[in-house]
Amino acid sequence: MKPAPFEHHAPLTVEQAVSVLTEVGHDGKVLAGGQSLIPILNMRLASPAHLVDINRVAGLDTVEVTPEAVRVGALVRHAGLERSAEAYAALPLLRQALVNVAHPAIRNRGTTVGSIAHADAAGEMPAILALTDGVVEVAGPSGSREVAWSDFFLGALETSLAAEELAVAVRFGRFPAGTGTAFTEAARRHGDYAMAGVGVALTVADGVVSGARASFVSVTDVPSVLDLGPALDGVEPGSGEWDAALDTVAEAVRGHVEPEGDIHASADYRRMLVTELTRRVLPQAADRAGAIA
Amino acid sequence: MTTQMFGAPIRRKEDPRLVTGGGRYLDDLGHDALAAAFVRSPHAHARIVDIDASEATEVEGVVGIYVHEDLPGRVGEPLPLLIPHPTLTHGRTGYALAKDEVNHVGEPIVMVVATDRYVAEDACQRIRVTYDQLPVVVGIEAARSGELLVHDDVPDNVAAHMLQEVGDVEAAMAAAPHTLTLDLDIERSACMPMEGKGVYARWDRDRGELRMYSSTQTSTGVRAAVAAKLDLPLAKVECIAPDVGGGFGVKIVHPWPEEVLVPWAAILLGRPVKWAEDRREHFISAAHERGQLQQVTVGFDDDGHLLALDVKLWHDNGAYTPYGIIVPIITSTQLLGPYKPGTYRCEFWSLYTNTVLVTPYRGAGRPQGCFAMERTMDAIADELGLDRAEVRSRNFILPTEMPWDHGLLFQDGRPLKYDSGDFPASLAKLKDLVGWDDFADYRRQAESEGRKVGLGIGCYVEGTGVGPYEGGHIQIETSGRVNVSTGLTSQGQGHETVFAQIVAQELGVRMEDVFVTTGDTRKMAYAVGTFASRAAVMSGSAIALAARNVRAKALRIAADALEVSPEDLEIVEGTVRVKGAPATSMTLGTVSVLSNPLRYAFDEAAKAATQFAGTFDPDKPPVAEDEEPGLEGKDFYSPTQATFANGMHAAIVETDPVTAEIRILRYCVIHDCGTMINPMIVEGQVHGGVAQGVGGALYERMAYDESGQLLNASFMDFLMPYASEVPTIEADHLETPSPLNPLGIKGAGEAGCIPVSAVIASAIEDAEGFPITRMPISPYDLWELRRRHADGEIPSLHRTSRTTSTPSPSSKEPTA
Amino acid sequence: MTDTTPATETLHDVTVSVNGVRHSAAVPARRLLSDFLRHDLELTGTHVGCEHGVCGACTVLVDGQPMRSCLMFAVTAQDHAITTVEGLCSAPDARTAPTGESMNPVQQAFAECHGLQCGFCTPGFLTTVTAYLEENPSPTSEEAREAISGNLCRCTGYQNIVKSVLRAAEIKAERAEERA
Repeated sequence: MKPAPFEHHAPLTVEQAVSVLTEVGHDGKVLAGGQSLIPILNMRLASPAHLVDINRVAGLDTVEVTPEAVRVGALVRHAGLERSAEAYAALPLLRQALVNVAHPAIRNRGTTVGSIAHADAAGEMPAILALTDGVVEVAGPSGSREVAWSDFFLGALETSLAAEELAVAVRFGRFPAGTGTAFTEAARRHGDYAMAGVGVALTVADGVVSGARASFVSVTDVPSVLDLGPALDGVEPGSGEWDAALDTVAEAVRGHVEPEGDIHASADYRRMLVTELTRRVLPQAADRAGAIA
Repeated sequence: MTTQMFGAPIRRKEDPRLVTGGGRYLDDLGHDALAAAFVRSPHAHARIVDIDASEATEVEGVVGIYVHEDLPGRVGEPLPLLIPHPTLTHGRTGYALAKDEVNHVGEPIVMVVATDRYVAEDACQRIRVTYDQLPVVVGIEAARSGELLVHDDVPDNVAAHMLQEVGDVEAAMAAAPHTLTLDLDIERSACMPMEGKGVYARWDRDRGELRMYSSTQTSTGVRAAVAAKLDLPLAKVECIAPDVGGGFGVKIVHPWPEEVLVPWAAILLGRPVKWAEDRREHFISAAHERGQLQQVTVGFDDDGHLLALDVKLWHDNGAYTPYGIIVPIITSTQLLGPYKPGTYRCEFWSLYTNTVLVTPYRGAGRPQGCFAMERTMDAIADELGLDRAEVRSRNFILPTEMPWDHGLLFQDGRPLKYDSGDFPASLAKLKDLVGWDDFADYRRQAESEGRKVGLGIGCYVEGTGVGPYEGGHIQIETSGRVNVSTGLTSQGQGHETVFAQIVAQELGVRMEDVFVTTGDTRKMAYAVGTFASRAAVMSGSAIALAARNVRAKALRIAADALEVSPEDLEIVEGTVRVKGAPATSMTLGTVSVLSNPLRYAFDEAAKAATQFAGTFDPDKPPVAEDEEPGLEGKDFYSPTQATFANGMHAAIVETDPVTAEIRILRYCVIHDCGTMINPMIVEGQVHGGVAQGVGGALYERMAYDESGQLLNASFMDFLMPYASEVPTIEADHLETPSPLNPLGIKGAGEAGCIPVSAVIASAIEDAEGFPITRMPISPYDLWELRRRHADGEIPSLHRTSRTTSTPSPSSKEPTA
Repeated sequence: MTDTTPATETLHDVTVSVNGVRHSAAVPARRLLSDFLRHDLELTGTHVGCEHGVCGACTVLVDGQPMRSCLMFAVTAQDHAITTVEGLCSAPDARTAPTGESMNPVQQAFAECHGLQCGFCTPGFLTTVTAYLEENPSPTSEEAREAISGNLCRCTGYQNIVKSVLRAAEIKAERAEERA
């Protein structure tokens, strides 16, 4: 299990990276953390002729918190984002989800932007980008552009990123005050790709839910957001109504997801699982919303 | 006084080296070697039409490309069938490189030798093989139906059909007040050592000598097989097992194709060649185990005593049978565990499928046998409304009935005769440890919190330390250094330590002065190998006997020199001294000097042994007639039969009422391997075995699709447990010595994994209230079973209907 | 697969600091860091168990952080500081006669607690745990178990590895106290 030969490019700036990508076109692949890419190369399931290694590109390794968003550069490792106190204070959901990404040694190398650009529906961070109504910042030969998450993910492992473009950062949107978030997933083994996962954000105002949304891991082709508002808005968490509302949520989730079966679990099982996980995770988010409010 | 070494939890001698990066595993050797890689079949069953390597030859760095037609003489003949058996009427083995036909995905077809592994794989990718695909047989049901054949000349895919019967099962069954039939299913798993296989060979052209290293469980076996294949005198071949990164059975098979091809290429090219198996290769071209379908019919009386046990097994042996039918033989005999079956009949069919071959994996057929027997015990208890431990206890062979001869032939061709064991005492200890009698209260408490919990139990007996023999050689240098060698190999069992403990104890020397070598044919040419939990019993006993010989010789020489009687001497920390007068003494190093009469003094100490030193009897030769020079000794241990270890496990599991996720809350082990040489190491073996058992019970399976593709040939999808999946193991020991060997020991290597699937099935069944008949079981599997149970496809346990007021409409049979 | 394999692969000069020593070698771009360490530098203490990042046997410290060396290219490691199992030990040649004192606390603890059997996966555990204890000097038993949950071991059942992590924390504290 050794990778096929490739030509290695080590640009030092975003401009250089874009110009190499433009030159090599579809024969090229961006290498950041490589934690999804290199296993595929080692197994020779892919053999790109050119690897554009962006690890030496300056200025891509920062996490910035603004009132609206947490901006994560393309060389920020999962572990770096997970440990960032500023990011956690601004958007606890990031750490809540990141601790589920593989194992620490993988998180030390793998990048958050890379996992989003990889667009694996079994990845946690694409779902989180969706849940936070995030944006991908893209550099290309004709300058920069921003792509909303909903325009970014096109299909399984497929994005709207052109071959000559580089995702330089993502911005995870912050939630309004009074929002609690939670993330959970079920994997066969701790650290494996989840059989199903769910992240939720729930806003509480005056003791009742004023907005709620969920996004899912491993049970949809592309990341998507389910608005739980219709089921939960106006309901007081923990009240008598709450349990009935959770039943409605469960129905909505069941209808929303489109899981596929594999050797680990059937589609039906995954549908049941993600429904149950959503039920179990919402009270956590409600608790946290209360704590924040 | 010498501290007690034997029986103490001594730290391992291996570890300072291994924790500092000093281990030398196969691929750590031979930095100058060429690398081999293989084109392996992507199809499960196909005829090879054409092989076109023209593009590959152009790859820079390629040194050689070989197909079957290139293999001369015996190299091109089928690989040996290692363990023939009269009932293995249709044994088949593969070729080192496939000839005309491939029978499983992963079978080697072309070998490429190149400057490094990267380049070798580049070349492999450029080789075009054209196939004619043939119908594929996957799974035992397909094999059993015999509609399609794996080998054209093997009717019904049956490699072997074997029947053993003790007593008149039919009559006893007919007369039995109760009978039950269980249909059971166990899926494939694999040893999956962290280090794959590997071979490294160097050819000394000047001397015509081959030195090879293999990550093997039998270096003497590999040496003999390679010498035979390559037509070399045995004296010109040496084989060394370096540090080996785990074996668990798969590395006892030999010669693997690569073990023949790599030395052959090294000789052909006159350059060192190495092959280090990668993980994907290990999944598709090494070996798997466990897959069986079983049908048990049991007859018993009102008290749960067994009267008749009638077992049929269908065993998946994969595409070839190089290791014979050892696995199903073990299942069919060790299934009986600690019980008296009344009358017993076992019939098995070993069947070909177009999948990776099946050879022993830790436990070697016993986990399946234990599963069959223990599922049966639980079913009897449920049928009669008796406590599950009580039913077991009523069928135990008692200590007063030992030795117990089952009247069957075991895997070594010798009687299945238990030497010792105290099963009632083991069960009592286990019940105490797990809190058997308090579990009902615990369950009530859990149920009141909306939790589902269950308690499971499993008992086993394991024949360990099978023959034919092992040897030990001990030599004491003039420095006092004690060199010990035995021929079998080590894969992490701590042999350097436990064998040193035996020698330290027997000889009266310090642990730090003892140096143990294993698996090196240069040091000990006569050996069998490491399998069947036999190393401690076989090599341990042989080394103890050798140590006793050396001790006697040391005392004779010292007695002569000190002018006392040998009976008056003792050896303490490497010094021979007069009991009660320790000042009159000499070190073993000095004894070693005296043991070897010299003409030349190579150092100061050696002067004492030269011909003009001291006085001597001029009428006696310098070396006495019945002695040999040197302070050394050798002995072999060859028992008449195996020694039988035993154990009992219990577990408490919790199943999620909605998601069906399964969590092991407690795992308890009572283990009896006779006298323990090093309890720390025994416990480590138990832990590791249980962890592998948990893998086999809840996580690991080989997912073949209908076309014979292994869908989970990676660590990503073959779910070997991490620490997060393995419970804390609570272990306690019983030491019932074996009367068969000088140390009273029994094997301990495999034990831990044997009953785990049975125990977990028992616990899940107890939690769920319906029978569990198929392992491994995933949350999804359990969820499906719940659905089928709710739909009435699977009956409830009688226990459930007895404890609730609703009568169950279920049939008497525990399976649907 | 690519059809553009160059007849001769371009070699890159890679300079990496390994265990405090600068090493240079000319290697192809595709050379995995694991192979670079093992075969170019002949530091074979780092082992390769799966080459797809799951088993953790090849874990080394890159600038102090545990990473899978089978999921990095040597060219990407340029100018980084790598620590392998050989570098955890302070003895000049640990392989000949390591003693308790020359081993790092984690190595010593594994030897004391029977935290290894065949030893093949062990280097990956040692590097992982060494880095972990830097950040979490006194873990609970559950934390210790979680800390090692990204590494596969087929021999030990992990129980004695958990014990080793806890013991290593103790040894570390004891040594710090002695120094103080």
